[in-house]
Amino acid sequence: MSAQIEIAHASKVFGTGDGAVPALDDITATVPEGQFLCLLGPSGCGKSTLLNAIAGFTPLSAGQIIMGGRPVTEPGPDRGMVFQEYALFPWMNVEDNVRFGLDIRGVPRTDATVTVDRIVATLGLSDFRKRYPKDLSGGMRQRVAIARILALDPPVMLMDEPFGALDALTRRTLQDELLRIWAEYRKTVIFVTHSIEEAIYLADRILVMTYRPGRIKRDMTVEIPRPRDTASGEFNALKRELAGLVMAEQQRFTSAELHGAAVD
Amino acid sequence: MHRLRGAIVPLVLLILWEVLSRAGVFSPIVLPPPSAVAVKWYQGILPGLPYDPATEGYWHWVFSGEMPHDAIASLARVLTGFCLGAGLAVPVGLLLGTSDRLYGLFSPLLEILRPIPPIAYIPLAIVWFGLGNPPALFLIALGTFFPVLVNTIAGVRQVDSIYIRAARNLGAGSWTMFRRVILPAASPFVLAGMRIGIGTAFIVVIVAEMIAVSDGLGYRILEAREYMWSDKIIGGMLTIGVLGLIIDGAMSRLNDHLLRWHRGLER
Repeated sequence: MSAQIEIAHASKVFGTGDGAVPALDDITATVPEGQFLCLLGPSGCGKSTLLNAIAGFTPLSAGQIIMGGRPVTEPGPDRGMVFQEYALFPWMNVEDNVRFGLDIRGVPRTDATVTVDRIVATLGLSDFRKRYPKDLSGGMRQRVAIARILALDPPVMLMDEPFGALDALTRRTLQDELLRIWAEYRKTVIFVTHSIEEAIYLADRILVMTYRPGRIKRDMTVEIPRPRDTASGEFNALKRELAGLVMAEQQRFTSAELHGAAVD
Repeated sequence: MHRLRGAIVPLVLLILWEVLSRAGVFSPIVLPPPSAVAVKWYQGILPGLPYDPATEGYWHWVFSGEMPHDAIASLARVLTGFCLGAGLAVPVGLLLGTSDRLYGLFSPLLEILRPIPPIAYIPLAIVWFGLGNPPALFLIALGTFFPVLVNTIAGVRQVDSIYIRAARNLGAGSWTMFRRVILPAASPFVLAGMRIGIGTAFIVVIVAEMIAVSDGLGYRILEAREYMWSDKIIGGMLTIGVLGLIIDGAMSRLNDHLLRWHRGLER
């Protein structure tokens, strides 16, 4: 299946009548196969809503998401999702979490074990296979979450602020890890973040979104060669440019919040 | 050191009790001295007849004393009633927990029935089942049923939606979702309900034995009252306490083992 994602006139309104909140307004974009795309914006810009629509969790009010020529109607393992809250199954150890999707797919036990071995090793989890999630740090948990979807070899990886809850150093380590995996497996990645630096560090392309209703404010390609130096001049020039765009939306969000508008 | 300190108050009370009883402050019928209770208790444990390999096995003989017999009878009733009650409550709870429609239909009924203490069913149980084990097991099962049911429903309904979303994303169908996500996610609640349930069952068994049957610890202490054998009554109460402790301890160890993945057990 082609891993190209087309977002076609995607709109989403939550609620009805006076309480209706327009989350997404007529978003159109094509994410080619193998691209690392970041959705960047403040809280309430609809970036997570858009990601959930691509994942098939949130039905759109209008428009559609097309993957490999077919409209997305439900969640599926071809669009593996990594959640900010890890969402590991706490009653399964690391190994069983990674194996879970393979079991569902009906992969024979021995084949599944080979895959689990490989993926667990790729993410440096070999020594933690029998641990339960409660005994892992946040960074380790997120490695397991990535391993869990990677085991199913999805053409598209969806990531909803996956490193948002981690400390800065763990975060950078996992960003590098993700880039390594992305380079090795050539997945299409759609990555939601509100961190400007994270977006520039990771992405091929950044979609800056506006605060409520979510629209595309800027669609930019990051040309800086990898590995990217966060202290370099071009990195910081881009950061300054994006900060201007994002902070304008952040101010709209703040004033809406101060005036009592609903926050997602 | 802390353990030793904890023994001080019980020991002092025990000595005080012994001294006061022996001094004749309380009549032996009101409060026999602890030494008399201990003797009676020990006698109750011993087999009544000498060991005869021709008529019975050794272990059968060891447990042939009155008290072991009663304790085993009570324990068997608790376990049978508990299995009946929990065995019914878990599937019903899973069903009501998963289906909003069924939950809407049945929850008002549950709200009405739930606060009725199982003991209040005694007259009806006797009318329905007569005397003997059937009403006793009915009451014990009833005592187990509601705590397990209510907790199972709550457990299923509170399953964090993030697990459901993650499982759907990984391709889980409804059966896998139920078996490998909802069931384990709800299990801490279900087990908590079982622990409450077996506690209730243990209360109910004593009462039920006082009324419907002619053996078991509950029956035995009521019987002792007719002869004013207060030492035997207190000894029986001690056995009940020990049995309760064993049951709760076993339940708690089972919980710890089954829920070893659970966050609440971090030490």
